[in-house]
Amino acid sequence: MSSALDITRSVNPPRAAFLDYPLGHTAGQPHQPGLQLEIMREALLAFESLTVAGSVKMLPFAWSTDESWKLQAFAGDDTRTQRLDTPQYQSEEDRIAAGSDAPIESDQCQVCRHWSGAQVRGGG
Amino acid sequence: MGPVEYVPRIRQQYSRLGYQPYQWVSNPEPPPWQPLRKPLARSRLALIASGGIYVRGQVAFHHKDDVSLRAIPTTVRTRDLRVTHFAYDKTDARSDPNVVFPIDTLRALAAEGFIGQLTKHAWTFMGGIYSSRRVREELAPRIVERLLAEGAELALLVPV
Repeated sequence: MSSALDITRSVNPPRAAFLDYPLGHTAGQPHQPGLQLEIMREALLAFESLTVAGSVKMLPFAWSTDESWKLQAFAGDDTRTQRLDTPQYQSEEDRIAAGSDAPIESDQCQVCRHWSGAQVRGGG
Repeated sequence: MGPVEYVPRIRQQYSRLGYQPYQWVSNPEPPPWQPLRKPLARSRLALIASGGIYVRGQVAFHHKDDVSLRAIPTTVRTRDLRVTHFAYDKTDARSDPNVVFPIDTLRALAAEGFIGQLTKHAWTFMGGIYSSRRVREELAPRIVERLLAEGAELALLVPV
């Protein structure tokens, strides 16, 4: 799924479904489970209906009749927050719930080892 | 009005702010193609989302090229989902995670038989990684390994 058509066309995945919504709403509008289901059914049907690699299905939904959000995207100041390299919890309570010794993830990865091996052999 | 053209829009914003131009991923060659082996209604689907979603109790993502993954059980309680990201407005995602991590939606579609079933886990990461090489060589292979291990037949990517 995608809400950024030109970026998706550039990345060029095998199949995509485009939803013309503001970023941060790739799968629908909040607290609208009926609409979310309708969007997802349309998106998933692309698995069966698309037959050419690189196709994008345009999903038939509009965010609102007012399209002013499109003018505002990336038009003003940089609204991103600083890119800190420590865990950024939604709340302090989450930090406590995670504990100080929680594992990030298992580092077991057969495919990664295969990749690094292939790179060495390929000289890249 | 047509879709927002993010590539020129972001190029202009970066130039206005005095940043270096962003190097967009461009794959002009036709992508690989894998036909479906089974109808949707009999396929096992894996959800992969890049909006910085984690579960309460897990270590949150950091915001500087974090290439780690979180495995989220697809039986997770929706109210335990959390969202962290530096680049998009998280207000709606924190209020209803389904907008970037459509877990209730997919559970409902599995229950009604529209899709066969979900894999045991969904996988999430932090999409603001400024190295496409690290995504390709470090992150993507780990996701592929987990998809194969859980027998995924369809992969649904939900980026932000």
